[in-house]
Amino acid sequence: MTAAQSTLTVHQLRRPRWMVPAILTVVAIAIAIISYLLNPSVTEAVLGATIRFAVPLILGALCGIYCERAGIVNIGIEGQMLMAAFTAYMTNSWTGSLPLALLVGALTGALLGLFLAYISVALKLNQTIGGTVINILAVGITGFFYQVNTVTKGKFAPIPLGPLADIPLIGPVLFNNPPITYLTFLLVIITQIVFFHTRWGLRTRAVGEHPRAADTLGINVFKTRYVSTMIGGALAGLGGAFLTLEGVGLFERNMTNGRGFIALAVMIFGKWNPIGSMLAALLFGFTNAIQTQLQFMGINVPHQFIGMIPYALTIIVVSGFVGRSRPPAAEGTPYEKE
Amino acid sequence: MEYSPVTPVLETKDITKTFPGTLANNKVSIHLNKGEVLALLGENGAGKTTLMNIIYGLYDADSGEFKLNGQPYKIRNPHDAIAAGIGMVHQHFMLVPVFSVVENIMLGAEVVNGPFLDKSRAREEIMALSDRYGLAVDPDAIVEDLPVGVQQRVEILKALFRDVKILILDEPTAVLTPQETNELFQIMHNLTESGVSIVFITHKLKEVLEIADRIVIMRRGEVVGETDPKQVTEHDLANLMVGRDVNLVVDKETAQPKDIKYEVKDLVVKDLLKGVVVDHVSFQVRAGEVLGIAGVQGNGQTELAEAITGLRKHDGGEVWIDGILMPQANPRALVEHGMAHIPEDRHKHGLILQYPLTDNFVLCSYYKEPYSSHGVRNEKAILDTSNELIKRFDVRTPSAFVQAGDLSGGNQQKVIVARELSREVKVVIANQPTRGLDVGSIEYIHKTLIRLRDEGVAVLVISSELDEIMAITDRIAVMYRGMIVDTVAAASTTREELGLLMAGSKH
Repeated sequence: MTAAQSTLTVHQLRRPRWMVPAILTVVAIAIAIISYLLNPSVTEAVLGATIRFAVPLILGALCGIYCERAGIVNIGIEGQMLMAAFTAYMTNSWTGSLPLALLVGALTGALLGLFLAYISVALKLNQTIGGTVINILAVGITGFFYQVNTVTKGKFAPIPLGPLADIPLIGPVLFNNPPITYLTFLLVIITQIVFFHTRWGLRTRAVGEHPRAADTLGINVFKTRYVSTMIGGALAGLGGAFLTLEGVGLFERNMTNGRGFIALAVMIFGKWNPIGSMLAALLFGFTNAIQTQLQFMGINVPHQFIGMIPYALTIIVVSGFVGRSRPPAAEGTPYEKE
Repeated sequence: MEYSPVTPVLETKDITKTFPGTLANNKVSIHLNKGEVLALLGENGAGKTTLMNIIYGLYDADSGEFKLNGQPYKIRNPHDAIAAGIGMVHQHFMLVPVFSVVENIMLGAEVVNGPFLDKSRAREEIMALSDRYGLAVDPDAIVEDLPVGVQQRVEILKALFRDVKILILDEPTAVLTPQETNELFQIMHNLTESGVSIVFITHKLKEVLEIADRIVIMRRGEVVGETDPKQVTEHDLANLMVGRDVNLVVDKETAQPKDIKYEVKDLVVKDLLKGVVVDHVSFQVRAGEVLGIAGVQGNGQTELAEAITGLRKHDGGEVWIDGILMPQANPRALVEHGMAHIPEDRHKHGLILQYPLTDNFVLCSYYKEPYSSHGVRNEKAILDTSNELIKRFDVRTPSAFVQAGDLSGGNQQKVIVARELSREVKVVIANQPTRGLDVGSIEYIHKTLIRLRDEGVAVLVISSELDEIMAITDRIAVMYRGMIVDTVAAASTTREELGLLMAGSKH
């Protein structure tokens, strides 16, 4: 076999990237329409809950994408979200300004991102430990400073998008949401464009795949990693702020409840790709919503089993449909200049 | 006149660079004229690559100056070098494997349309360059799917895309087949014709004489000579390079083959797509002879080697060592029955680069006495053996605790050879044993293989270098498309005959 022939066959082996997500999406839409015809109110409730579950996961996964595409492993997303949820909540309580609270949440995440970048880039320490430090720090600090009787004036309210909000099913589910939800979907699209269609994205991906190559072309590996990790942190911060400013409306101890870690799974499931991760997060959110609905309906199965559905489904989908996904090659290794 | 024709495009003056423990460059002064191919010849570790990395801004020199077109110039990082029109193709390619060709070439010098990448314009520009210089490449292919020769073209295109005037090629032919090398030389010719000046780093003498306009020889960090390729022979160059009289021809007696020590019967290997890549291959190697397997790279040699050394399962056939049938895909069983393996890719299959030499020396035997007893390592025995092997096999290293990855290629290969051949072996399988090595190391490894042959070991050498095959083997089997097309006696065959067989024609 000549070299040319073998190249050809490898090409043929590559499935188009959009195929699996596209099939899943079509199937999901078909199911939604059928179930809407059978029972409109339950369908609306389930899909609405899907989005609410998915938003913080999407933001967490976007954080992971920004960090890992630049070569930094971030397992501190959970801590970044929790800390941001707390600072956003306290800002809301003190100032009563929701936009300001949102900004503080994002900044909190970005600062923790800076901390992780400093540990990984400047100190060249183990990134997993860096992330773990953030997680432990967040639980400790928020637990210590949180006062149970804090009150706020409220949370972000849904903004119906004019006539779009009146379309049956789609309207209430997609076009009647509070601002962070809209922002999240916008950020997915922006991130997709930034990473795959701009100079910054190309360079950042190169830094995450082969930092030495990027360096030989005059790209500043260290700066790229700082910037990307901080942007990611800000997005995780938005995810945390979503919980206290839009989702729950209150702060509770350890309220992120593993979302930061699930976000990592979502990112891997989505193959380090923003739109893929969004679809993965929606699937996660959907199984969560279904699980809640099944418990409401009083189906005679122990709730622990129903609670497993999202995780079981993830394993099935990941192993069966997505195939092996490959992380950025330089992920987790500090870059040393010669 | 500032730009008189005699002004060199690049000049270095008294460049000195030390690394902890070594003086890599000692007052190196070279110059490069416009449109010439300057060959920088020297053994591994002579300081050629260090010098080029300094010119490209990857290392800072301790002292010394540069001049570009006669003007003093400071190069602090690759960015400055690129701005000055200097491009470098590194020995280990600096390509992002998962990126497309277009993405790799434009990286760092992106073609944009507003905030967005303009891939179609970049593609057009790349195709124009590729047509102009004869660098055929599919711009949308993913780099990791491409053969090395094509990846190298991508690297050259990357430099051209940045409008280089000076191109540094670091050991460009080390990974190429003879055909690819010829193509590369044609490309280099096209480049110099259009005014690009090339620094060609190598240790291959034939190539230097073929392509260079001028030769500068380096040894131990210093320039030791400059010559005109028309006035020297390979032998002169080798002596200058190594610093002593080198024997390019392997001295050997006629082989005295005895019993069959090693036998492969009807071996079949299929690839991932279930295509047959090793097609019913059978051969025998007797004690005291060297069987060579020749062929253009990619005709199943790699898969054959992997299958017979236990690195992959085969899909049919048998492997016998000294009358015992070997189990499939079981390297330890093979090793314990007396197989030594010098692998094609020494970084991937020969050494654990992050481990010190001590551990690398006992990779095949760490679990046995005296290196370990009752599951506990005996560090002293391991160190003693390592020091002895370092001495016996002339591994140049500061100590036995140095990481294998920190040695030069030639010394890494010596570590492997030392580990593999210091055991009691019955059969040696050497796959591309001298690829990327300098003259001195090649001479050493060839001698060692011949010595083993004379001691009654069955030696199998797989190589795509015809010179090597013809120099050290007794019989030559030629592989083409997974099959052995013919086996000839080394003493009576010719390059022409082998060339025809390698192209698949049977007589």
